[in-house]
Amino acid sequence: MIEVDRVGRSFTVGRGRARRTVHAVRDLSFTVGSGEFVGYLGPNGAGKSTTIKMLTGILAPTSGRIRVAGLDPTRRRTALARRIGVVFGQRTTLWWDLPLKDSFELIRHLYKVDRVDFRRRLDELADLLDLGGFLHTPVRQLSLGQRMRGDVTAALLHEPAVLILDEPTIGLDVVSKVAMRAFLRRLNAEHGTTVLLTTHDLGDIEKLCRRVMLIDHGRLGFDGTVDDLRATAPGRESLEEVVAHLYTA
Amino acid sequence: MVRTYLLLAWTWMRASAQYPVSFALMTLGSFTLTGLDVAGIWIIFEHTESLGGFGLFEVMFLYGTSGLSFALADMLFGNVERLSQHVRAGSFDTMLIRPTGAFVQMATDRFGVQRLGRIAQAALVLGISLPRLDLSWSRMWMVPLMVACGLVIFTSIFALGGALQFLLTDAPEVANAFTYGGSTLTQYPLSIYGGELVKGVTFIVPLAFVNWQPALYVLDREDPFGLPYWLRFVAPVAAVLLAVAAALAWRAGIRRYRSTGS
Ligand SMILES: Nc1ncnc2c1ncn2[C@@H]1O[C@H](COP(=O)(O)OP(=O)(O)OP(=O)(O)O)[C@@H](O)[C@H]1O
Ligand SMILES: [Mg+2]
Repeated sequence: MIEVDRVGRSFTVGRGRARRTVHAVRDLSFTVGSGEFVGYLGPNGAGKSTTIKMLTGILAPTSGRIRVAGLDPTRRRTALARRIGVVFGQRTTLWWDLPLKDSFELIRHLYKVDRVDFRRRLDELADLLDLGGFLHTPVRQLSLGQRMRGDVTAALLHEPAVLILDEPTIGLDVVSKVAMRAFLRRLNAEHGTTVLLTTHDLGDIEKLCRRVMLIDHGRLGFDGTVDDLRATAPGRESLEEVVAHLYTA
Repeated sequence: MVRTYLLLAWTWMRASAQYPVSFALMTLGSFTLTGLDVAGIWIIFEHTESLGGFGLFEVMFLYGTSGLSFALADMLFGNVERLSQHVRAGSFDTMLIRPTGAFVQMATDRFGVQRLGRIAQAALVLGISLPRLDLSWSRMWMVPLMVACGLVIFTSIFALGGALQFLLTDAPEVANAFTYGGSTLTQYPLSIYGGELVKGVTFIVPLAFVNWQPALYVLDREDPFGLPYWLRFVAPVAAVLLAVAAALAWRAGIRRYRSTGS
């Protein structure tokens, strides 16, 4: 579903003498198979968001080759958009001034979702994510947790084969977090949707991911199951300590 | 693409329909404000018979055609010039994950019809000038064509200005100089400017084809700069060439898009 082959992305920052190159991602390779649920970990500035932006076609890689759902994200960005769902926890993909319901209608048209499928899908998602109370509220008036549920719904209305999430549980309270995790697990189990998510919350990883990839300074540092991850630092109690050990190593 | 444009524009119009008073005020405001331009032209003609060799109604014809092209382009696509705002706010990222071109999404973002005031004003000026100009009917076909070419030329300049902002985040001012500057420039007969400038806007930034060259044909006038007669008919070619250049620049810009660090 996702193939990343020796991908790099650098940015030139600063002007004149202070000009330098930041290698956000270097020589990154991995593949994610259909139906997998993968966690993408890494300290701040490791290159997670940059990777996700390349997978979704927002950023073109400076080197290497990417395939998502069979397409090159840079060349076939709009075609790819129909096959994947994307959620950025840090910012909404919804239209700020439109009521949630109108945003969804707009998405139905943009993604050319059949009216009957759309109704069925929206009812299902509204029920699972409990959207009933604020479907007619403009997005700018929603709380962070409500907005996030709206964003997840928006990303799934066209039944994408792949769901890519950048920090989907950031800022959520304990109850909402549990609900979001339950929802994502169910989505993966029942619909077979491939999920790749970044997070700083190791609870997400423990509860959801069979596989973890860890990136640091733009390089892949670990790729394996959660148990393999624990095994890298025997004797350490919590996953937190294991990951902290890996980040500082 | 047209369907998507209309759909997005309609959605935004519905969202702004919640503020009918502000809509009415803004429409009226732009109508009145641009009306002052015309007052300016009238004042000039109080003191003189001609401006650069052109009479009052000829100048109003030039003003009306340029104004109409510009106001239409500004209403339909002027928004693409606000690219750097979207880049900095991060909202450009979200446009790129939709199955629709970013250009259409930019153009329709917060689409409003406030600029109808400007369009109505320009159409009115054109409407007043036409019957008073003693034009030959066989040349009238050029009028809608020149407005359409002007629309394409201004739109392309908006798009080029937007594309430039992929590279320089403080480019809006540069772009403004060409769009708003170009609109002001073409409101008057180019004969009031120097020959060098006119060559520049004929062969480099093809603003002369917004209205000046085709208008020489419609008004059946000599070219004050003695440029070849056939230039009067190449507005569509100039418009298409500029549009292609703008489309390529826009695509190259998207390829170079860097997003933001957070
Ligand atoms: N548009 C950009 N221009 C310049 N540098 C950038 C840009 N985007 C990212 N970077 C740099 O690339 C590196 C990786 O950033 P990225 O956003 O991918 O990290 P991240 O793993 O998502 O971090 P976080 O956990 O803090 O979200 C950082 O050093 C960042 O400063
Ligand atoms: Mg990030």
